[in-house]
Amino acid sequence: MTEDAEQLFPIEARALAESLEAGLLDLKSHPEDRALIDGVFRDLHTLKGSGAMFGHTRLAQFLHDFETAFEAVRDGRLRVSPALVELGLRACDHAMALLDGGSAEPGEVLLSALAALTLEPGAAQAAAQPDDLAAGTGVGDSLALGREAAAVPDQDGPPPWSLSVYLAGDTLTLGGRPLGVLDELRALGAQRLHPLLDRLPPLSELTPDRLYVGWRMELPGELSEEVIREAFLFHDEGLDLELERRAAGPAEAAAARGATAAADPEQPDAERRPKGSAGAMMRVPAERLDEMMDRVGELVIAEARLAELAARSGDTLLITVAEEIQRLATSMRETTMSIRMTPIGSISGRFRRLVHDLDATLGKPIDLVIEGQDTELDKTVIEMLADPLMHLIRNSADHGLETPEERRSMGKPDVGTIRMGARYSGAEVVITLADDGRGLDLGKLRAHAEKRGLIGPEDDLDDAEIRALILQPGFSTAQSVTELSGRGVGMDVVRRTIEQLRGTLEVESEPGHGTQISMRLPLTLAIIDGLLVEVAGERYTIPLAAVEHIIELPEDRAQETGHTRLLTIRDKLVPFLRLRQLLDSPGAPGPHQKVVVVTAGELRVGLTVDRIIGSSQTVIKQLSPLHAALKSFSGATVLGDGTVALILDVPQLVAFGQALDAVEAA
Amino acid sequence: MKRTVLVVDDSASVRRLISSTLRAAGYDTIEATDGQDALSIARTARPAAVITDQNMPNLDGLGFIRAFRALPGTAGVPVIFLSTENAETLKQKARAAGALGWMTKPFDDRKLLNVVSKVLGA
Repeated sequence: MTEDAEQLFPIEARALAESLEAGLLDLKSHPEDRALIDGVFRDLHTLKGSGAMFGHTRLAQFLHDFETAFEAVRDGRLRVSPALVELGLRACDHAMALLDGGSAEPGEVLLSALAALTLEPGAAQAAAQPDDLAAGTGVGDSLALGREAAAVPDQDGPPPWSLSVYLAGDTLTLGGRPLGVLDELRALGAQRLHPLLDRLPPLSELTPDRLYVGWRMELPGELSEEVIREAFLFHDEGLDLELERRAAGPAEAAAARGATAAADPEQPDAERRPKGSAGAMMRVPAERLDEMMDRVGELVIAEARLAELAARSGDTLLITVAEEIQRLATSMRETTMSIRMTPIGSISGRFRRLVHDLDATLGKPIDLVIEGQDTELDKTVIEMLADPLMHLIRNSADHGLETPEERRSMGKPDVGTIRMGARYSGAEVVITLADDGRGLDLGKLRAHAEKRGLIGPEDDLDDAEIRALILQPGFSTAQSVTELSGRGVGMDVVRRTIEQLRGTLEVESEPGHGTQISMRLPLTLAIIDGLLVEVAGERYTIPLAAVEHIIELPEDRAQETGHTRLLTIRDKLVPFLRLRQLLDSPGAPGPHQKVVVVTAGELRVGLTVDRIIGSSQTVIKQLSPLHAALKSFSGATVLGDGTVALILDVPQLVAFGQALDAVEAA
Repeated sequence: MKRTVLVVDDSASVRRLISSTLRAAGYDTIEATDGQDALSIARTARPAAVITDQNMPNLDGLGFIRAFRALPGTAGVPVIFLSTENAETLKQKARAAGALGWMTKPFDDRKLLNVVSKVLGA
C-alpha cells in the first residue's frame, strides 16, 4: 500500500461525494429514474469500499448503514421523497465531515431518521451496532495457511486424513492451477499421493482443456478440516472432495507438524501503515503541470530560434528537421494545455447544492439552469471562479428573485429561474449568470450610492455606470443583511477575482425582468497563437484568436492623421486605430499599410500596422509590476532571435477605439 | 519475465492500492477504470491475471468477465472478482460468468499477494 494511494483517497472520496450529491439532487426531480438510483447506490458503495480499504472505519460503517437504509429505495420498497433527498444530502455532508475527522451532527440521528423513513427497524439498530465491515470477511480472509494448525501441538494427535479430490472440469479454462493446489497440500504435509484416472474418457471424447484427473493422498491428522479446505481456495465450485480420518503411524504425524509449524500466523491488521513503491500516476499536483507548461514554453521559444537559424542557413535537411520539431512542439503545447483544461460543469454540482439549500432557507422555489457545461477553461481559472459564482447565485436568489406571492402578482411563474451559461467567444469564454427576478432599480441604486458617499448628487452617470455601482466596495441594496448574502463578500470581491484572471465583468438589467452578469475570461493563460506584426520597425504580437481578418489600408485613407477613423469593412463601419500614432512611434508609415481587424466580444476595431510578419506560438511572459499601468499591452514574448515583442491587449484597444469613436460621434 | 495483472476498479485509490502492492511484489500492472475500459485493454494486452471490481459504471464486473471470456485466448487466464458483499448468489454468478474466485473488500496487501501468488504460482 502506498502513501500515494492514501493521498489519492480523500480527493477521490470528495469527487464521489460530489457525484453522490448530484445524483441525490437529480433524484429530487426524477424520483423514479432507475439509472439515478443505481448511480447513487454505486457511489455509496464505492465510497464505502474505498473508505474501508484506507482504514476509515467510522466512515465505512456509517456509509454501510446509510446504504442499508437506501436499499429500500433500490428494491422499490420506498419511493424517493424530498425528505429522503434532504436526509441523503445531510448524510453526504456527515460522511465528508467524518472523512475530515469529525462531525457536528451525530450520525446516529441521521441514520435513525433514514431508518424511520424506510420503516426498517433493523436499519435503526444498525446505527448503534457497528458491523464487521472493518474486520474483513470472505474467502480472502482465510488465506493464512496453517494458522489453526500451528495452534494444535498435540503429540499423539488424531489419525491422519484420507483425502480424494476431483477439481471442477473447467478449472483450467478459468485459469485455476491444480498444481498449485497440490503444492499447497504438500506444504500441509500431504503424503502417498496417487493420481485417480478413473474419470478419464476415451480418447475420442477427451477435451484437452478439461480436467479429468483426481488425486488421493493422506494428510496429517492435526490439521483441521477447515485448513485443508482452504487449500481449495477458488476451487470450491464443482469440487468433488472426500475427506475422512483413518489410522496412521506417528512418524507421519510428526512430519506433518514440521511442515505446518513453518506457517506464519497472521497479524491483526487494525493498525495498517501503508508503505511501498509508486505506481503509474493518475492525478498530478497542479504545480507540476505549471512546471511542465513553463518547459513547453521554453521549448517553443527554442524551436522558434531553430526555425529561424535553419531558414537562414538555407540547408534543406536542417529546415526539414526544424519543421518537424515545430510540428512536435505545437502538438506538445496543445496536449499540455488540454491537460489543464477542465469543463466548467466540474464545479456545477456545488451550485446545484447551493440552490437546493437557498430554496429551503429563503422559501423561494428556484430552478437552476446550467448551459454550456462542456465549455472548458484552465483548471486554475475554474477553481478561482467557483466562489464568485456562488456569491452571484446567492445574490440572485436573495436580492434578485421575488417571493412566490410577488411573482404571482406580476404574472410570473412561482418558480424563479437562475440561468448560468458558458460559451466560447473568440479567445475568451463568456460566463453569464442571469435571473428572471425584479432587476436593478436604478433610482434606488443611485440614491443608495449617494447615501453611501460613493457618488455625489451632482455626478452625471448613465445607466451603465449606475449599474456598475453595485461592483463598488461596500455597496449593498438588501433591506436587511440576510444570513445568505451578508457575509462580507461583496460584489467588489467578485470583480477583483475576475480582474485577477484578466477578465471583465458587465452588469445588465431590465427592471421587472431580471439581471444578467456577464464575465469574459481569457481561455488560456500561458501560451497563445500570435500574429506577429511590425509597426515603425518594432515588432508586436496580436493574439491570433482575436484576429477576425486582415485587409490592406486603402491608399486614400493612408495619409490621414488622427488616432481613429472609421473604415467600411464588409458593409460595416469599423473604427480603426493607427498603432504608429497610438504608440508614439517616430517616422511616417510606408505605402502598404495593413489593417488587422480584431474583436473583443461583440465589438471590433481595426489596427493599422506597417507589415504582417506571420503567425507564431507566443509564450506569454508577464510584464513587471512597474509596467502594470501600461493599458495597451497584456504581456511580452521572446522571439526566435532573442528579441522581445510586446503583446497587444486586444480588449483594451477595442474599448479604447470604441470610446474614441463615441467621442468623435458626439 | 514479469507477469502482468489487469486491475479493474472505478475507484482510483483502490486501483492504485492493488497496483502498487502488486508492483512492489514484482508484478506488472495495467489499470482500467471500468469494464468497458478493461475490455478494450484486454483485447490488445495479454494479462496473466485479472482482478476486477463488481460495481462499476458502463460495464460492471460480471458483464466484463463474460465479455472477457468471449475473447479468444482468455481461457486459462484467472479472473479474481472483488466485491464488498459476501453474498453467495453473487459469488455463483461470478463463477458462472467465468471468474476463478473472489475476494471481499477490505483486504490488506498480504491477502492480496497471497491470492495473486496462489493464482499465478509463486
